[in-house]
Amino acid sequence: MIAYIIRRLLYAIPILIGVNLITFMLFFVVNSPDDMARMQLGAKRVTPEAIEKWKAERGYDKPLVWNAAAGGLDKVTDTILFDKSARMFAFDFGRADDGRDIALEIKSRMGPSLAIAIPTFLLGLFVTVSFALLLVFFRNTALDVSGVVLCVAAMSISGLFYIIGGQYLVSKVWNLVPISGYSGGLDAGKFLILPVLISVVGGIGSSARWYRTLFLEEINKDYVRTARAKGLSELAVLFRHVLKNAMIPILTGVVVVIPLLFMGSLLLESFFGIPGLGSYTIDAIGSQDFAVVRSMVFIGSVLYIVGLLLTDISYTLVDPRVRLN
Amino acid sequence: MDFKPVLLWSDILLWAMVAGCVALAFYCRRQDYLRRAWRRVGESGVAMASATVLAAFVSIGLLDSLHYQPRLPAQEGKTGVQYAPEVLSALDALVADLRLNKEKTYSAPLATHAFARETMERDGVQTRDYPRLQFGGAHLDDLTQHGSDLASRAVSGGGYGLLLWAVVVGIAIGLMALSRGALYGATCRTVWRPGTAPGRTVAWRAVFVTLAVLALIGGVTAGWAGGYHVFGTDKVGQDVLYLSLKSVRTALLIGTLTTLVTLPLAIALGLIAGFRGGWWDDAIQYVYTVLNSIPGVLLIAAMVLMMQVVIDTHPEWFETAAERADARLLALCFILGLTSWTGLCRLMRAETMKLRELDYVQAARAFGVSDARIMARHILPNLMHIVLIALVMDFSGLVLSEAVLSYIGIGVDTSMNSFGTMINAARLELSREPVVWWSLAAAFVLMLALVLAANLFADAVRDAFDPRFQWRARRTLKRAAA
Repeated sequence: MIAYIIRRLLYAIPILIGVNLITFMLFFVVNSPDDMARMQLGAKRVTPEAIEKWKAERGYDKPLVWNAAAGGLDKVTDTILFDKSARMFAFDFGRADDGRDIALEIKSRMGPSLAIAIPTFLLGLFVTVSFALLLVFFRNTALDVSGVVLCVAAMSISGLFYIIGGQYLVSKVWNLVPISGYSGGLDAGKFLILPVLISVVGGIGSSARWYRTLFLEEINKDYVRTARAKGLSELAVLFRHVLKNAMIPILTGVVVVIPLLFMGSLLLESFFGIPGLGSYTIDAIGSQDFAVVRSMVFIGSVLYIVGLLLTDISYTLVDPRVRLN
Repeated sequence: MDFKPVLLWSDILLWAMVAGCVALAFYCRRQDYLRRAWRRVGESGVAMASATVLAAFVSIGLLDSLHYQPRLPAQEGKTGVQYAPEVLSALDALVADLRLNKEKTYSAPLATHAFARETMERDGVQTRDYPRLQFGGAHLDDLTQHGSDLASRAVSGGGYGLLLWAVVVGIAIGLMALSRGALYGATCRTVWRPGTAPGRTVAWRAVFVTLAVLALIGGVTAGWAGGYHVFGTDKVGQDVLYLSLKSVRTALLIGTLTTLVTLPLAIALGLIAGFRGGWWDDAIQYVYTVLNSIPGVLLIAAMVLMMQVVIDTHPEWFETAAERADARLLALCFILGLTSWTGLCRLMRAETMKLRELDYVQAARAFGVSDARIMARHILPNLMHIVLIALVMDFSGLVLSEAVLSYIGIGVDTSMNSFGTMINAARLELSREPVVWWSLAAAFVLMLALVLAANLFADAVRDAFDPRFQWRARRTLKRAAA
């Protein structure tokens, strides 16, 4: 097991190097730093000196991959590739355009992001699985059919409408919770309840329908018939047998997103003014702060790879037939 | 000529896609198993009804893809023919009333008065009141007739719609009767009661009923649109119905053109990786694992930001604003395609690996058929159903993601009409007092109709072509990652 994990982690290194190279190409080769400077400074203030100053302030005035002017090892290290991209492996992200340290910012914004992402994740999983089980319990009835129709309709509605509609109804018309904002500590609850509810409701459609098909597939198997023949009640069959076995495919979809919870949700956070990583990313995209976007891309990939690893490990935990090799 | 046809790149690609679909249809006709699968789609009432709705959207989008520049009236001192700088489409010409009849600012759906009070002079006294609209209900002298005017327009519009429907359906049934060599009345009966016909038949009843509903809605809307703003007007007084109709093309383009990038990449790389194995497989797997491990939205954001810089630093590439917006849209499709081919590629690879071991492929190998030929002749046709399913299943997701991307500010050009830009604007309108809800409602209704129809159709296609495979799994995964 340990050997497997170590091998997987080693395998992650070339992938992260690939991610790093892609971001490097995107941000520095497709557009030269000169282009970016011109864009950031705006049409009026574009003078060669201003561009040089902008680049120097951000450390973009170095050569891209090979510094012929420097001596020794500096030929490689005193370049944009090393300074801006390779350093990310040490989680050294440098500074954002407003001069703040990106790593510090990420640390302080992780809390609010998790405060919204973890309840969403847990509650969402619970609600969708129970809803799917309910549909399966009433399978082949009008309730099941209308539930599936509801699911298809729900997944055809853009997430934006859930957020805008929910915010409007609950916060503005009914005045139950503040429209947006955030505060630390226990006070945060009143700011978090609405975004959590909205994303749970918005996510029901597609996942509940998928879980339902998973359950239905299990329910026709022989062991379920045996359990029923034994005289178990339908509820016991569903919870003790079907749910347990259907958990395996559900896990694939679920475990992989757990690490990504750190990234927060782009839309929810920006709509509800929650100072998490999602709104940080959105703001960076809006103000074209490339350093921040670059860092978030890298962190996102790291978390995704961790998620894949967790998925494989969780397989062995729920399904003893699976052996890692 | 009164106008100069303009070919935007997206138009060319869209029409090429239409041609491709026609070619694909002919290909499907010739392949027995594909024809049978399509027949199963045709037998499903839900699928045919949603296909009809989709066809209505597609025809709006195609009308909106015939662009031209109108000729300007001859001016003094200028020789030669001058064309307007603005690029219009056939749809603009059809609904010129909607496009040109602007108000000053917001007005509610079907209203006769503006939404906000204005100071105006009446009988020499300054008062603040709601002014009459320039277009909406301007033909009414007596405002008490507002309700009855709406009702009569609805009735006559709906009546015309149904009349048109009756003519179209009558002709269609006539053609059917001719091709089957049956009597007209008998054909009507089999269409209305499919159970009475021998064998299983295409669900024409669903098509005709859907058409009737569409004709009724279209007729009533058209009736009202002659004298009112059916969905109200937006901040600058533009008709919201017009904006939503224009948004349809953007949504369709994003949903379809993206596949032009996805399909070649996914098919070619998936086949090669699965068939060749070895270091080809390793290299291709590496590429898609890397791409896949970057969260989709972030990769798209990074690419779009870079594309923006390219477009902004090269203003000389584009002659008109429409061309620039068009280039941005195409680039967005390209980017969405680049980030979304990995799922299909992985599937193609896995299926190819299975097929590679089958006897008939081994036999072809033993005969010395080249690898490329085996892939093209013996493997790809057997994977066509996967490609088809992926194509229709991705459509609705792409339409939805366009809205989100445009909201984040990395979607289409802000000058381009799209559901995303409409929703984005509507977000601020909801915080007004009283609430301006109609742009949001219009975007909601049209998007829901489009995406719901696409989802239902995709489900039917999936069930008909490959009922066992769990397609939902792939999609939910993707969504969760986003």
